[in-house]
Amino acid sequence: MNLVFDWAWLPRLSQGLVLTLELTALCMGLGAVFGALLGLVRVYSGGKFSPLYWLASGYVHFFRGTPLLVQLLTIYFGLPTVGIALSPFWAGLVAMTLNTAAYQAEYFRGAIQSVKAGQMMAARSLGMTRVQAIRHVILPQALRLVIPPWSNELIYMLKYSSIVSLTRLDAGTMDLFGAGRWIQSRTFRYFEVYIIVALFYLALVLILTLVLRWVEGRVRIPGLGTPRRSV
Amino acid sequence: MTLLTVEDVHKRYGREEVLKGVSLTLNRGETKVVIGPSGTGKSTLLRCVNRLTEPDSGRIWLENVEVTSAKTDINHIRAQIGFVFQDFNLFTHLTALDNVRLGLVSVKKLPKKEATDRAMAELERVGLRHKAKAYPAQLSGGQQQRVSIARALAMDPKLILFDEPTSALDPELIGEVLAVMIRLAEEGMTMIVVTHEMGFARSVADEIVFMEGGVIVEHGPPDRLFRSPEKPRTAEFLRRISELYGQEGR
Repeated sequence: MNLVFDWAWLPRLSQGLVLTLELTALCMGLGAVFGALLGLVRVYSGGKFSPLYWLASGYVHFFRGTPLLVQLLTIYFGLPTVGIALSPFWAGLVAMTLNTAAYQAEYFRGAIQSVKAGQMMAARSLGMTRVQAIRHVILPQALRLVIPPWSNELIYMLKYSSIVSLTRLDAGTMDLFGAGRWIQSRTFRYFEVYIIVALFYLALVLILTLVLRWVEGRVRIPGLGTPRRSV
Repeated sequence: MTLLTVEDVHKRYGREEVLKGVSLTLNRGETKVVIGPSGTGKSTLLRCVNRLTEPDSGRIWLENVEVTSAKTDINHIRAQIGFVFQDFNLFTHLTALDNVRLGLVSVKKLPKKEATDRAMAELERVGLRHKAKAYPAQLSGGQQQRVSIARALAMDPKLILFDEPTSALDPELIGEVLAVMIRLAEEGMTMIVVTHEMGFARSVADEIVFMEGGVIVEHGPPDRLFRSPEKPRTAEFLRRISELYGQEGR
């Protein structure tokens, strides 16, 4: 077997890597804001009798219940027929944001509901409004609880951002996977390029995992939970 | 002078009526102790006073403001009524200092420096100045409850409601919390205390209220009520309590 790796691939792959990181960071950031709002609505809008609750729930079920791939292709190839033409980058960003927001809404909902009911009651007993209580008491605790599932989502989106290469990203704006395919189409070194691309993703995931674990430790509430390495 | 008036308050949870028309008045500086078997509406009554639980009917006044009126800003009322919970409910992500300071900054809009000074003074008052930087999970139950009393005190409340403040505590930690409450009563704080601590009730209460089955069965000064209860149900409850905890009831 004769494997050939070429340093000349690196610039293109690095460009792709930057776009992958951009897409992931943007969709995760926007998705967190949108998802947190959806989660809050699902918990605090007054349940089954509130139209807002149904709207948020409907959104979550729809975007979790259909494949991201279908969502992306619908937005990129479908929407132009009704006059909304998005560039490949924007189509990717919109699809990924809409999708991850639905998942993140559920993670936020779980985290908010894990904060003990007494916390809200104590805040209200001091005369805080519900919004003040959410801001000063519920969210600071929920945001800590959401880190582990959120990390999972981050890793998932980082890897699945590779589907944007199915739209016509041109050479200047290719994601990591797309850059790999571009190199393959010119060098016919399929196996080698897949290996390199996979290693790039793996390295990114490992780095992000370490960063998030560090963050989790930094914001840990003293005295709560078990420090790592204890039984 | 009357500080709080509760008039014919009813509360129902599903099919069960927990409060079946409870009325009472509380004078400024008075300490009322509410006793009675579990599940007879004592905690519900306290929660109705600041509408943490919405009463179904009946009216409540704090001085001349009707708490139960839809026009009343309930947050403004709650800021004037301290509430101490059975399981403390300290904000777990905040230090003792921040727990006491949060209401001052977010509700009373005090400048940070002033709020900090006030919070430290209240921690001092409950003997926990040295624990200002500790988080709830680093404090004993007794210490947590004292911080929660400081949190209530910092708001300058007109009265404080204590909902079984020592029931979640290990026996050896009860004394430190009761000591704080006794001092507050002596300093003239107006309080309603739901408790099973008969020793505390006997020595501190201006009036004992015996509740059972969602109604006030009997009320009166501790001397009379403990020595010669008028109602057989009161006598039976007191007998059972003294069998459990001895004549002085802990």
